Amino acid sequence: MSEPKIQIQDVSYAYGDQQVLRNITLDIPARAITVLFGPAGGGKTTLLRLMNRLNDLVEDGRMTGRILLDGEDIYAPGFDVPGLRRRVGMVFALPLPLPGTIRENVTYGPKLAGLRDRARLDEIVERSLRQAALWDEVKDRLDSPANALSGGQQQRLCIARSLALEPEVLLLDEPTSGLDPISTAKVEESLLILREQYTVVIVPHSVQQASRIADYAAFFLMGELVEHQPGKRIFTTPVDKRTEDYVTGRFG
Amino acid sequence: MRNRFVAQRVGFALLTLAALVVVIPILTIVATIFIRGAAAINWEFLTAMPRDGMRAGGIFPAIVGTIVLTLGTALVAIPLGVGGAIYLSEYARDTWLTRSIRLAIINLAGIPSVVYGLFGLGLFVLLMGFGTSIVAGSLTLAIMTLPIIISTAEEALRAVPTEFRTVSASLGGTRWQGIRYIVLPQALPGIITGVILGLLRAAGETAPILFTVAAFYLPRLPRSPLDQTMALPYHLYVVSTQVPGMPSEIQFGTALVLLGLVLSLNIVATTIRSYFRRRRQW
Amino acid sequence: MRQTPRVRWGEFAIESLIRVIGFSTVGFVIIIFLFLLREGLPAFAQIDLDNLFGTRWYPTFDLFGTLPLILGSALITITAIVIALPLGVATAVFIREVAPNWAREILKPMIEVLAGIPSVVLGFFGMTLVAPIVRETFGAPTGLVAFTGALILAYMSLPTIISVAEDALDAVPKLYRDAGLAMGATQWQTIWRVVVPAARSGILTAVMLGMGRAIGETMAVMMVTGNAARMPLGLDALFRPVRTMTATIAAEMGEVAHGSVHYHALFAIGIILFVITFLINLAAASTMFRKRRRGGLR
Repeated sequence: MSEPKIQIQDVSYAYGDQQVLRNITLDIPARAITVLFGPAGGGKTTLLRLMNRLNDLVEDGRMTGRILLDGEDIYAPGFDVPGLRRRVGMVFALPLPLPGTIRENVTYGPKLAGLRDRARLDEIVERSLRQAALWDEVKDRLDSPANALSGGQQQRLCIARSLALEPEVLLLDEPTSGLDPISTAKVEESLLILREQYTVVIVPHSVQQASRIADYAAFFLMGELVEHQPGKRIFTTPVDKRTEDYVTGRFG
Repeated sequence: MRNRFVAQRVGFALLTLAALVVVIPILTIVATIFIRGAAAINWEFLTAMPRDGMRAGGIFPAIVGTIVLTLGTALVAIPLGVGGAIYLSEYARDTWLTRSIRLAIINLAGIPSVVYGLFGLGLFVLLMGFGTSIVAGSLTLAIMTLPIIISTAEEALRAVPTEFRTVSASLGGTRWQGIRYIVLPQALPGIITGVILGLLRAAGETAPILFTVAAFYLPRLPRSPLDQTMALPYHLYVVSTQVPGMPSEIQFGTALVLLGLVLSLNIVATTIRSYFRRRRQW
Repeated sequence: MRQTPRVRWGEFAIESLIRVIGFSTVGFVIIIFLFLLREGLPAFAQIDLDNLFGTRWYPTFDLFGTLPLILGSALITITAIVIALPLGVATAVFIREVAPNWAREILKPMIEVLAGIPSVVLGFFGMTLVAPIVRETFGAPTGLVAFTGALILAYMSLPTIISVAEDALDAVPKLYRDAGLAMGATQWQTIWRVVVPAARSGILTAVMLGMGRAIGETMAVMMVTGNAARMPLGLDALFRPVRTMTATIAAEMGEVAHGSVHYHALFAIGIILFVITFLINLAAASTMFRKRRRGGLR
C-alpha cells in the first residue's frame, strides 16, 4: 500500500473544557472512500473540519497532535491555509448555496484563487457540474439564482462547487441528510465515480449508507476511534463489541 | 368574573389613550409645519440669498451649507463607521479590548451634542487651526455620527448567516475575501440604511456646529472647505430667536425645508431596508 | 487547484486598517475627555470652589455658580421622564400586546418620524405653539418655562423609551404569557401582573437611556425654557424660566474670549455633562451586557 494521503497522528480536540476527540490516530488512503461513522456526538464532524482547518474559525477550540497531508504537517506555522482548503474541499450537511447564480457558485473558488479567464471558467463550470451529476438539469439556466434549485440539486451544486477547485481530497459531512432517497442515490452514485480520482472522506447519515459506499470504515464513539478496517468487514465481522452493538442496531 | 373583564376593558382603553397621546402631537407637529411652511415655499425662497437682515429673500446658502456639511460628514464618517463595524463583527474576539470598544461606542452615542461642539471647538477649530470652517464642522459631526453608523452597520453584517463565511473559507477564501465578496454585498442595504440614518441626524443637528462652522449671516456660498457657512438648523434657530420682527412665514418655511429634507431621507432609508429585506435570499 | 493568488500584502494592509479603525473609537472617547479636561480643569484652579458650586451664575460679575444650571437640568430631565415613562411603557405595551396589526403599522413609523425630527424644529414648535398654550392653561406670565421644556424633552425621549421597552417586552418568554392565561387570568391581568414585571430590568434600561438623551439635549431646551439662571426652588419652579447646563454652553460659548475664565468655566460644565452622561450610559450598558451574558447561546 502506498503512503496514505492523510495521516492523523494522536489528535485530541476540545471546545473550551469539553473534550470531543481523544488521541485519534488514523490513516486515510488515497483514491478511496473512507467512512467515519458512529452515533451523534462522536467527534466525526470535528475531525472532518480539522482536516482542512475549518475549525480555525472556532474561538475556543484547542487541538493537540498532528495531521499530515502528503507527509506535510498542515498545522505547521506559516502553512498556506487557503491553499490547503483548495486542496481539501468540504461539503456540508445542509446545502448552502452562496447568494448568486448557479454559475457564480461554481466559479467562486477558482475566481478567489485568481483565475479570470472566461473560457477556462466556463470549462470548469461544465466539468464540475457533470462530475456532480447536475449538468443536464441546469445547463440551460446557469445564470438563474442558485437557491431556486431543489434541495437535492442544491447539494449536488455544493459538491460541484468544491470540485471546481480540483481538490485532492473531498470531505463530506452527512451530505445526504436533508435529501430524499432518489437524490441520495444520485449523490452516492457520483461519489463512487469520484473516488477514482479523489480521496473521499465522508460522514454518512446512516449505517446503511456507510456499508453501501465504504472502502475503509472507522467507528467513532464519544470522541474515541473504536476500530477501523479496510472494506466492508467492519459491518459484517466487527472486532469490538461496541461496534457490533452499533452496526446491528442495538443502540444509536 | 365580570369585574375582571371590566378591568381589562379599562386597561386597554388607557393603553390606547397613551398611544394616542403619543401620536397626536407628532401628527400635529408635522402637519402644522407642512401647512404653515408651504405658504412660504417658492422658487425665490429656495434659491435666493437672504436679504434685509434675513427678513426677506431666500435661504439658499443655508440649504447649500447643510448639504455641504452632510457630504463632508459622510466623507469621514462612512469609512470610519463601516470599517469599525467590520472590525467588530468580523475580526474582534471577545476580549477586554473588544468590550472596551463596545463601551466606547455606547458612550460616544450618549455624549450630548453640545459637548461634541465643545470638543470640536477645542480640537479642530483651535488646536488644529482649521478655524470655524466646514472642515472643523464636518469632522465634529462625523465623530458624533460614528456610533450610529457603527451599530447599524454591525447589525447588518451580523445578520448575514455565519455559514456563508464558513463556505467561503472552505472554498479557499481568505477572511477578507469572504467579507469582500459575500458578507459586504449581502449587508450593503442595511449598511446604507444605517449610513443615511446617521447622516440625517448630522444634517439636523445644531449644537455641534454652533462654534465650529455655522455663520449667523453670510449671504454667499462657501468658497473653500476652510470657509464658514450658514446651515439650515442653525438658521432656523437664528430666525426664530435672534432676529426681532421676523415674519413667521420665513420661520415656518425654514422649518419645513429642514424637516422635509430629514424626513425624505428617512423615508429613503426605511424604503431601502424593507425593499431588500423582502428580496434577500436567506 | 494550487494556483495561489497574487501577493496578499494588499489584504494585510486593509485588515490592519480595519483594526486601527476599530480601536480608534476608544481613542475618540479618550481624546474627547482629555480635551474637556484640558480646557475645563483651569476653571477649577481659577475659580473658588465656593463660587463654582454656588447659587449664582453671572459671568460678567465673575460669578460662576453652576448649581442653578445643574438643578435646572435635573428638574426638567426628571419631569420629562416622569411624563415619558408611563406614556412610553404604555405605548410599548399597546404596540406589543394589544394593538391590531394596522395600528402597529401606523404607530411604528410615526415614532420613527418623531425620532427623526431635528431638535431645533421641536424647539421652534415648542416656542411658537406649545408655550402659548402652557401660558394660558397655567396662567403664567410666560410660556417659556421649565414645564414646556420638560414636555418637549419627554417627547424627544419617547422614541428611545418605547423602542427599548418594546425589546424588553419582546424578550419575555411566551411561556410566561401562556402560564398566566392558563391559570385563568385575563389578558390584561397577564400583561399587568406577569409580562410588565418580567420586563422590569429592560424598562429600567429604557429609563436610563431616555434620561441620558434628555439631559444632553440642547437646542429645544434652550429655545423653550426661558433661560433664567435662577435656583429652581419652590413649588412653582416648574412654571418659571430655568436654565440648563447645555443651554448655557450653547448660548454663551459663541461670545466668550478663548482662554478666558468664562471659557474655561463653560468647558467645566462640559466635563460635568460628560461625566453624568458617561455614568448613565455605563449603568445602562451594564444592564444590557448582563442580559446578553445570561441569555446568550454559549
